Amino acid sequence: MKILVVDDFSTMRRIIKNLLRDLGFTNADEADDGNTALPMLQTGKYDFLVTDWNMPGMTGIDLLRAVRADDSLKSLPVLMVTAEAKRDQIVAAAQAGVNGYVVKPFTAAVLKEKIDKIFERIDS
Amino acid sequence: MTNKEDDLQNMSGFEEQLKSQAANLKDLVDSGDISEALKVIADLNATRDQSLYQEVGRLTRTLHESIRNFHIDTAGQSDGQDDLSKIDDASDRLSYVVDMTNKAANRTLDLVEESMPIASEMKEEASILKSDWGKLRRREMKPDEFRLLYKRMDLFLDKLSKQSDQVYRNLSDILLAQDFQDLTGQVIKRVTGLVQEVEENLVSLVTMAGKVDQITGTVHEGFEKEQQQEDIERGEGPQMHAEERVDVVSSQDDVDDLLSSLGF
Repeated sequence: MKILVVDDFSTMRRIIKNLLRDLGFTNADEADDGNTALPMLQTGKYDFLVTDWNMPGMTGIDLLRAVRADDSLKSLPVLMVTAEAKRDQIVAAAQAGVNGYVVKPFTAAVLKEKIDKIFERIDS
Repeated sequence: MTNKEDDLQNMSGFEEQLKSQAANLKDLVDSGDISEALKVIADLNATRDQSLYQEVGRLTRTLHESIRNFHIDTAGQSDGQDDLSKIDDASDRLSYVVDMTNKAANRTLDLVEESMPIASEMKEEASILKSDWGKLRRREMKPDEFRLLYKRMDLFLDKLSKQSDQVYRNLSDILLAQDFQDLTGQVIKRVTGLVQEVEENLVSLVTMAGKVDQITGTVHEGFEKEQQQEDIERGEGPQMHAEERVDVVSSQDDVDDLLSSLGF
């Protein structure tokens, strides 16, 4: 299981990577915005995407839309981990096909719960 | 005299002139003295323009001063000339905040990442020793095994004291890494002060412009909606006072409820 963590703040990427490691996901790469992330995803090496929303360059919501519009990536599970907390935004993310939405600040337990839920759904 | 009183006087001066001249203008037009009427109109225009220019000029000066007055005295680095212009602006100060918080977060993460394997190593070693110790207590241990346990216990205690020292040191370094809060807090308070000052000046400029719009009959429209959509797409960052707003979720539970209402 290879995971791509996309966030413009390196400390947040580190925190998420540490939490993922505690959950048993030891294989994670990083990208700092959608423009960097998309070509990495298109190599087909990744099984799961964790992305922030608000980033310079390409935002997380645009990255999500780009992923869903790409035939080889459209079924990639995507978890959004973001400080964006407007109802309209959450609805927009849902409409764009997000698999889970976590608002910052979050706890390790919440992250685990959402990831478990995503994989449960995929497996079933 | 404060800015606002000044504003009011400027504007009411113009309004008064407008009122008194309106009757005058009507009389002139009625009596057919068009050239005199045009003169009155030109006078009115001149007064209006002048009060606007004056006000804009004054506000620009105030803004400029506000920005120039924005100094910070962290560790007296103002050793002269060119440094001032480089460091003394708000965005530099905010970058300083970003740097400080970034450094503190990385330092903390380093120390945590260093301590976690130590803690798990101690835990593993302790649980092996515990099972051996249980064997000893149940008198199931052979003399050979006991000699091994004896040595192992000695090593463990030695290591334990070293490693707990290390963890303690890391924890106290993590504690110290939080000292950025004091410095960044001071900087942010100053930036907030500047922003407030600038806002007050802008508000009086907007009030002034609104009054002028009213007189000239200018109507603005169509900005807000587009702006809102743009904000949603770009993102806004963390929400303040989320509990008091209906368009914003205030917890992960709210997010989950909203998503499940959408069939997630």
